[in-house]
Amino acid sequence: MPSVTEPVRYIEKTRDYYRHAGYVRDHRWAQFADGPFTPLTKPVALCRVMLVSTASLVMLDERGRPTERSRVIGTNELEVFPVPSDLPVQRLRSTSVDHDRFQTDMADVDAFFPLTRLRELVAEGAIGSLAPEALRLVPNYSHRKVLQVDAPEVLRRARAQGVDAVVLTPV
Amino acid sequence: MARDITESAFTPRAVFTNYPLGNPCGRPGDRAEQLAILRTGLRLLEQASAPGTLVESPCVWSQDTAWMRLIFSEEQPFLSAEAEAQRLAELEWARRQKAARAEA
Repeated sequence: MPSVTEPVRYIEKTRDYYRHAGYVRDHRWAQFADGPFTPLTKPVALCRVMLVSTASLVMLDERGRPTERSRVIGTNELEVFPVPSDLPVQRLRSTSVDHDRFQTDMADVDAFFPLTRLRELVAEGAIGSLAPEALRLVPNYSHRKVLQVDAPEVLRRARAQGVDAVVLTPV
Repeated sequence: MARDITESAFTPRAVFTNYPLGNPCGRPGDRAEQLAILRTGLRLLEQASAPGTLVESPCVWSQDTAWMRLIFSEEQPFLSAEAEAQRLAELEWARRQKAARAEA
Protein backbone atom coordinates (compact mmCIF):
# COMPACT_ATOMS: atom_id res chain seq x y z
CA MET A 1 0.00 0.00 0.00
CA PRO A 2 1.31 3.48 -0.78
CA SER A 3 1.62 5.90 2.12
CA VAL A 4 -0.91 8.72 2.42
CA THR A 5 1.74 11.24 1.41
CA GLU A 6 3.19 9.38 -1.57
CA PRO A 7 2.22 11.14 -4.79
CA VAL A 8 0.51 9.16 -7.54
CA ARG A 9 2.74 8.63 -10.58
CA TYR A 10 0.30 10.03 -13.12
CA ILE A 11 2.72 10.19 -16.06
CA GLU A 12 3.47 6.47 -15.73
CA LYS A 13 -0.11 5.50 -14.92
CA THR A 14 -1.70 7.38 -17.80
CA ARG A 15 0.91 6.08 -20.23
CA ASP A 16 0.19 2.48 -19.26
CA TYR A 17 -3.57 3.08 -19.17
CA TYR A 18 -3.80 4.56 -22.66
CA ARG A 19 -1.33 2.05 -24.15
CA HIS A 20 -3.54 -0.68 -22.80
CA ALA A 21 -6.56 1.08 -24.33
CA GLY A 22 -4.90 0.81 -27.74
CA TYR A 23 -3.39 4.24 -28.22
CA VAL A 24 -0.21 3.96 -30.26
CA ARG A 25 1.42 7.26 -29.36
CA ASP A 26 2.15 8.19 -25.74
CA HIS A 27 1.07 11.64 -24.62
CA ARG A 28 4.00 14.01 -24.46
CA TRP A 29 3.70 15.97 -21.22
CA ALA A 30 5.18 19.44 -20.98
CA GLN A 31 8.76 19.00 -19.84
CA PHE A 32 11.11 21.81 -18.88
CA ALA A 33 14.34 21.63 -16.90
CA ASP A 34 14.18 25.30 -16.01
CA GLY A 35 11.67 28.11 -16.08
CA PRO A 36 11.13 31.83 -15.67
CA PHE A 37 11.03 33.38 -12.23
CA THR A 38 10.00 36.95 -11.48
CA PRO A 39 10.30 37.95 -7.81
CA LEU A 40 7.45 40.03 -6.44
CA THR A 41 8.43 43.67 -5.97
CA LYS A 42 5.78 44.40 -3.34
CA PRO A 43 3.80 42.51 -0.69
CA VAL A 44 0.89 40.36 -1.92
CA ALA A 45 -1.34 42.62 0.21
CA LEU A 46 -0.65 45.33 -2.37
CA CYS A 47 -0.84 43.06 -5.43
CA ARG A 48 -3.54 42.57 -8.00
CA VAL A 49 -4.11 38.84 -8.47
CA MET A 50 -5.73 36.95 -11.34
CA LEU A 51 -7.15 33.43 -11.18
CA VAL A 52 -6.33 31.30 -14.24
CA SER A 53 -7.52 27.71 -14.49
CA THR A 54 -7.84 24.72 -16.79
CA ALA A 55 -11.08 23.87 -14.96
CA SER A 56 -13.94 23.23 -17.38
CA LEU A 57 -16.84 25.43 -16.27
CA VAL A 58 -19.93 26.94 -17.81
CA MET A 59 -21.52 30.15 -16.60
CA LEU A 60 -25.19 30.02 -15.60
CA ASP A 61 -27.90 32.69 -15.68
CA GLU A 62 -29.93 33.66 -12.59
CA ARG A 63 -32.18 30.65 -13.13
CA GLY A 64 -29.33 28.17 -13.37
CA ARG A 65 -29.40 27.72 -17.15
CA PRO A 66 -26.06 27.61 -19.00
CA THR A 67 -25.33 30.80 -20.96
CA GLU A 68 -22.62 29.16 -23.08
CA ARG A 69 -21.83 25.78 -24.55
CA SER A 70 -19.45 23.50 -22.69
CA ARG A 71 -16.09 22.68 -24.16
CA VAL A 72 -14.33 19.44 -23.45
CA ILE A 73 -11.26 19.31 -25.66
CA GLY A 74 -9.30 22.21 -27.05
CA THR A 75 -9.25 23.03 -30.76
CA ASN A 76 -6.78 25.17 -32.68
CA GLU A 77 -8.85 28.28 -32.04
CA LEU A 78 -8.03 30.79 -29.35
CA GLU A 79 -9.68 29.38 -26.22
CA VAL A 80 -9.30 31.75 -23.29
CA PHE A 81 -12.66 32.46 -21.69
CA PRO A 82 -13.09 35.11 -19.00
CA VAL A 83 -15.38 34.90 -15.98
CA PRO A 84 -16.15 38.12 -14.08
CA SER A 85 -14.19 37.77 -10.84
CA ASP A 86 -17.16 39.07 -8.84
CA LEU A 87 -19.45 36.31 -10.14
CA PRO A 88 -20.96 34.17 -7.33
CA VAL A 89 -19.67 30.60 -7.76
CA GLN A 90 -23.28 29.41 -7.67
CA ARG A 91 -23.39 30.83 -11.21
CA LEU A 92 -20.68 28.41 -12.34
CA ARG A 93 -21.04 24.69 -13.00
CA SER A 94 -18.27 22.21 -13.64
CA THR A 95 -18.33 20.35 -16.95
CA SER A 96 -15.04 18.61 -16.15
CA VAL A 97 -14.28 15.08 -17.21
CA ASP A 98 -10.68 15.49 -16.03
CA HIS A 99 -11.19 14.76 -12.34
CA ASP A 100 -11.33 11.57 -10.29
CA ARG A 101 -15.07 10.99 -10.61
CA PHE A 102 -14.96 8.18 -8.04
CA GLN A 103 -13.63 10.52 -5.33
CA THR A 104 -15.10 13.95 -6.00
CA ASP A 105 -18.10 15.45 -7.78
CA MET A 106 -16.84 19.00 -8.47
CA ALA A 107 -19.95 20.47 -6.84
CA ASP A 108 -17.88 22.87 -4.72
CA VAL A 109 -16.40 25.22 -7.32
CA ASP A 110 -14.08 26.77 -4.73
CA ALA A 111 -12.20 23.47 -4.38
CA PHE A 112 -10.73 24.04 -7.87
CA PHE A 113 -11.71 27.57 -8.99
CA PRO A 114 -11.44 29.43 -5.68
CA LEU A 115 -13.12 32.74 -6.54
CA THR A 116 -15.00 33.01 -3.25
CA ARG A 117 -11.86 32.27 -1.22
CA LEU A 118 -9.84 34.84 -3.20
CA ARG A 119 -12.54 37.46 -2.61
CA GLU A 120 -12.41 36.64 1.11
CA LEU A 121 -8.63 37.11 1.07
CA VAL A 122 -9.10 40.51 -0.60
CA ALA A 123 -11.73 41.45 2.01
CA GLU A 124 -9.36 40.64 4.89
CA GLY A 125 -6.49 42.52 3.22
CA ALA A 126 -4.25 39.54 2.43
CA ILE A 127 -4.51 40.32 -1.31
CA GLY A 128 -4.68 43.86 -2.73
CA SER A 129 -7.33 43.24 -5.36
CA LEU A 130 -8.54 40.78 -7.97
CA ALA A 131 -8.32 41.42 -11.69
CA PRO A 132 -11.78 42.09 -13.16
CA GLU A 133 -11.54 38.78 -15.03
CA ALA A 134 -10.68 35.24 -14.00
CA LEU A 135 -9.64 33.10 -16.96
CA ARG A 136 -10.43 29.59 -18.10
CA LEU A 137 -8.33 27.66 -20.60
CA VAL A 138 -9.66 24.62 -22.40
CA PRO A 139 -7.39 21.59 -21.85
CA ASN A 140 -5.44 20.98 -25.04
CA TYR A 141 -3.10 18.18 -26.15
CA SER A 142 -1.06 20.54 -28.35
CA HIS A 143 1.98 22.21 -26.78
CA ARG A 144 2.16 24.56 -29.76
CA LYS A 145 -1.43 25.70 -29.19
CA VAL A 146 -0.88 26.31 -25.48
CA LEU A 147 2.45 28.13 -25.92
CA GLN A 148 1.69 30.14 -29.04
CA VAL A 149 -2.05 30.81 -28.88
CA ASP A 150 -3.58 30.56 -25.40
CA ALA A 151 -0.69 31.51 -23.09
CA PRO A 152 0.08 34.80 -24.92
CA GLU A 153 -3.60 35.73 -24.62
CA VAL A 154 -3.52 35.05 -20.87
CA LEU A 155 -0.43 37.27 -20.58
CA ARG A 156 -2.04 39.99 -22.71
CA ARG A 157 -5.18 40.07 -20.56
CA ALA A 158 -3.18 39.95 -17.32
CA ARG A 159 -1.02 42.90 -18.40
CA ALA A 160 -4.02 44.88 -19.64
CA GLN A 161 -5.64 44.42 -16.22
CA GLY A 162 -2.57 45.45 -14.24
CA VAL A 163 -1.99 42.01 -12.74
CA ASP A 164 1.01 41.45 -10.44
CA ALA A 165 0.57 37.73 -9.73
CA VAL A 166 -1.45 34.82 -11.09
CA VAL A 167 -2.95 31.87 -9.21
CA LEU A 168 -3.03 28.85 -11.54
CA THR A 169 -5.28 25.93 -10.69
CA PRO A 170 -4.98 22.66 -12.65
CA VAL A 171 -7.89 20.35 -13.29
CA MET B 1 -3.39 17.06 -8.17
CA ALA B 2 -0.47 15.62 -10.08
CA ARG B 3 2.90 16.38 -8.55
CA ASP B 4 4.88 14.69 -11.32
CA ILE B 5 3.12 16.60 -14.12
CA THR B 6 3.49 19.90 -12.25
CA GLU B 7 7.21 19.26 -11.73
CA SER B 8 7.69 18.18 -15.33
CA ALA B 9 6.13 21.43 -16.57
CA PHE B 10 8.39 23.34 -14.17
CA THR B 11 6.14 25.96 -12.65
CA PRO B 12 7.84 28.92 -10.94
CA ARG B 13 6.11 28.15 -7.63
CA ALA B 14 3.66 25.40 -6.71
CA VAL B 15 1.65 24.16 -3.75
CA PHE B 16 1.12 20.41 -3.98
CA THR B 17 -1.93 18.90 -2.34
CA ASN B 18 -2.01 15.12 -2.50
CA TYR B 19 -5.70 14.93 -3.34
CA PRO B 20 -7.53 13.10 -6.12
CA LEU B 21 -7.61 15.05 -9.40
CA GLY B 22 -10.16 17.86 -9.23
CA ASN B 23 -9.55 19.47 -5.84
CA PRO B 24 -6.19 21.26 -6.02
CA CYS B 25 -7.42 24.04 -3.70
CA GLY B 26 -8.66 21.89 -0.85
CA ARG B 27 -11.39 19.56 0.24
CA PRO B 28 -14.85 20.37 -1.14
CA GLY B 29 -16.90 22.26 1.44
CA ASP B 30 -13.89 22.95 3.68
CA ARG B 31 -13.51 26.72 3.62
CA ALA B 32 -10.74 26.81 6.25
CA GLU B 33 -8.62 24.28 4.38
CA GLN B 34 -9.11 26.04 1.05
CA LEU B 35 -8.02 29.33 2.63
CA ALA B 36 -4.99 27.67 4.22
CA ILE B 37 -3.84 26.25 0.88
CA LEU B 38 -4.25 29.62 -0.85
CA ARG B 39 -2.37 31.34 1.98
CA THR B 40 0.51 28.86 1.52
CA GLY B 41 0.59 29.84 -2.16
CA LEU B 42 0.56 33.56 -1.37
CA ARG B 43 3.43 33.12 1.11
CA LEU B 44 5.34 31.30 -1.60
CA LEU B 45 4.83 34.29 -3.92
CA GLU B 46 6.63 36.46 -1.39
CA GLN B 47 9.21 33.98 -0.10
CA ALA B 48 10.30 31.67 -2.92
CA SER B 49 13.70 32.63 -4.26
CA ALA B 50 14.16 30.24 -7.17
CA PRO B 51 11.97 28.78 -9.94
CA GLY B 52 10.61 25.30 -9.43
CA THR B 53 9.92 25.83 -5.72
CA LEU B 54 7.29 23.35 -4.58
CA VAL B 55 5.68 23.24 -1.15
CA GLU B 56 3.68 20.24 -0.04
CA SER B 57 0.50 20.88 1.91
CA PRO B 58 0.00 18.50 4.86
CA CYS B 59 -3.58 17.63 3.83
CA VAL B 60 -4.45 13.93 3.73
CA TRP B 61 -7.45 12.88 1.62
CA SER B 62 -8.08 9.60 3.39
CA GLN B 63 -6.21 7.02 5.46
CA ASP B 64 -7.42 4.57 2.83
CA THR B 65 -5.06 4.98 -0.13
CA ALA B 66 -7.01 2.75 -2.52
CA TRP B 67 -7.88 5.76 -4.69
CA MET B 68 -4.19 6.12 -5.56
CA ARG B 69 -4.11 2.60 -6.94
CA LEU B 70 -7.49 2.76 -8.64
CA ILE B 71 -7.05 5.98 -10.62
CA PHE B 72 -6.42 5.08 -14.29
CA SER B 73 -7.11 1.40 -13.73
CA GLU B 74 -9.31 -1.10 -15.52
CA GLU B 75 -11.41 -1.35 -12.37
CA GLN B 76 -12.22 2.36 -12.53
CA PRO B 77 -12.12 3.67 -16.10
CA PHE B 78 -11.11 7.32 -15.94
CA LEU B 79 -13.87 8.53 -18.25
CA SER B 80 -17.44 7.33 -18.03
CA ALA B 81 -18.77 5.69 -21.22
CA GLU B 82 -20.76 8.87 -21.98
CA ALA B 83 -17.79 11.14 -21.43
CA GLU B 84 -15.58 8.93 -23.60
CA ALA B 85 -18.18 9.00 -26.42
CA GLN B 86 -18.44 12.78 -26.14
CA ARG B 87 -14.67 13.16 -26.12
CA LEU B 88 -14.36 11.14 -29.33
CA ALA B 89 -17.20 13.12 -30.94
CA GLU B 90 -15.55 16.43 -30.05
CA LEU B 91 -12.21 15.21 -31.30
CA GLU B 92 -13.82 14.19 -34.58
CA TRP B 93 -15.57 17.58 -34.81
CA ALA B 94 -12.26 19.37 -34.24
CA ARG B 95 -10.58 17.25 -36.93
CA ARG B 96 -13.34 18.09 -39.42
CA GLN B 97 -13.06 21.80 -38.63
CA LYS B 98 -9.33 21.60 -39.20
CA ALA B 99 -9.79 19.76 -42.50
CA ALA B 100 -12.41 22.30 -43.60
CA ARG B 101 -10.05 25.15 -42.83
CA ALA B 102 -7.24 23.45 -44.72
CA GLU B 103 -9.52 23.17 -47.79
CA ALA B 104 -10.72 26.77 -47.61
